Amino acid sequence: MRDRADLVIVGGGVIGLSLAYHLARLGFSDVVVLEQGYLCFGASGRNGGGVRQQWSTEENVLLMKDAVRRYRRLSQECGYNIWFRQGGYLFLARDDASAATLEQNTKLQNRLGVPTRLISPAEARRIVPVLNLEGVRVCAYNPTDGVLFPFPVVWGMARIASDLGVEINTFTRVTNIDVRGRQIVKVVTDRGAIATRRVVNAAGAWSPQVARLAGVELPNKPYRHEILVSEPVKPFLDPLVSDLSNGTYFSQTMRGEICGGLSDPAEPSSMESGSSLRFLSRMSRSLMRLVPQLGSLKVLRQWAGYYDETPDGQPILGRVDAVDGFIQLNGFGGHGFMMAPAIGQLAAEWILRKAEHPIFSTCDLGRFARGEQRRETFSIG
Amino acid sequence: MPKTIVCRCEDVTEEDLKRAFERGFRDLESLRRFTGFGTGFCQGKSCLCHAARFLAAVKGGDDMVSDPPRTRPPLRPTPFAAFAGALPEADAGAEEKP
Repeated sequence: MRDRADLVIVGGGVIGLSLAYHLARLGFSDVVVLEQGYLCFGASGRNGGGVRQQWSTEENVLLMKDAVRRYRRLSQECGYNIWFRQGGYLFLARDDASAATLEQNTKLQNRLGVPTRLISPAEARRIVPVLNLEGVRVCAYNPTDGVLFPFPVVWGMARIASDLGVEINTFTRVTNIDVRGRQIVKVVTDRGAIATRRVVNAAGAWSPQVARLAGVELPNKPYRHEILVSEPVKPFLDPLVSDLSNGTYFSQTMRGEICGGLSDPAEPSSMESGSSLRFLSRMSRSLMRLVPQLGSLKVLRQWAGYYDETPDGQPILGRVDAVDGFIQLNGFGGHGFMMAPAIGQLAAEWILRKAEHPIFSTCDLGRFARGEQRRETFSIG
Repeated sequence: MPKTIVCRCEDVTEEDLKRAFERGFRDLESLRRFTGFGTGFCQGKSCLCHAARFLAAVKGGDDMVSDPPRTRPPLRPTPFAAFAGALPEADAGAEEKP
């Protein structure tokens, strides 16, 4: 392991690796990535792979438009097939409030060039004939959203970053971040220390623990999110379908499996990562309400990952007031995977001072103290 | 040349494991995710020990697999319908907006 680096990235998930990948492609590879487990150990290896542009704020719609553009070419760039399939996202609204949200979001998305359409349940059934849409008022459908297979994205970005000179250390745990005065000087791991003046905290659900090593308190909280996958069947489901009444989402993978999860308002914040019968039961019921024929389909496997949630549903990006050289890229609350290629590029340009972007001043940690929180209201699952 | 099948559900051979190992997938969980062994219908019941033995052999005798992939429920593939009524009280909060 190197004993010094210009920049150390804590977290070998998709956010940290996307940053490393984009930095290296810009010619900056004096970078070490530290990952506590194997690649894909955290949420980057546990999510459903949904990639949508249907958001409620201009920043997020534009960010995700850029991310889709980048995901479309990533397979060719990185030499791994990421199985990105743009089958669309279909949202279902059952009540007035959800219908109004979809209507408002669709207007915003159209203005920004995303081809979302508000459609009737009858039209939605032409897209997914097996759907039972009894009780659904209106749907929003964007054919350019999609799903991908997360693992090869992580491996592909790691491979290119590594080929370009970035050092990626798996099974390496950060035990301390040395700060002298207000300047970072060293990162200590269970495999040795690295002298550095810049550290990026891209540790997802572990970000508050990492920040505390440098004496910084983050307001992020981890929440378990459960998900499951079925046995594979012949392709019948083009879009990812999401029911806004209970946060259910499900899609069909390129292997033919049905993969999905749902919100649980009763889930407390914790680092619990086990699987529950409660989830399996609620998900089965919700899925069978939407597609009754799936009752005979078999569940293969269920598992869980963490959402790294912030108080306002927006990530924490950029500098912190108390410690120089400590950069946050965390708090993505279950949306980090879809945003990663866009965030990695922006952060790389910002760190190398090639371009400014307002996101690093509006989404910094200091916004909570300044009382400038901006709520993204369209979070699913 | 004869093929040695490691995972019958996902048709993974020992040659596939070797290639994955050479590409840097050198712990059991990474090998599983890269080759797909253990992710099919049997969920690893028949292949996990073969893959673990392969890994122990290529890494040298003392380096046994100390942290095998976690076994995920359900125990065997089971229809959604069997779980839909499994826990009626789990409905609490289920119809609320997140």
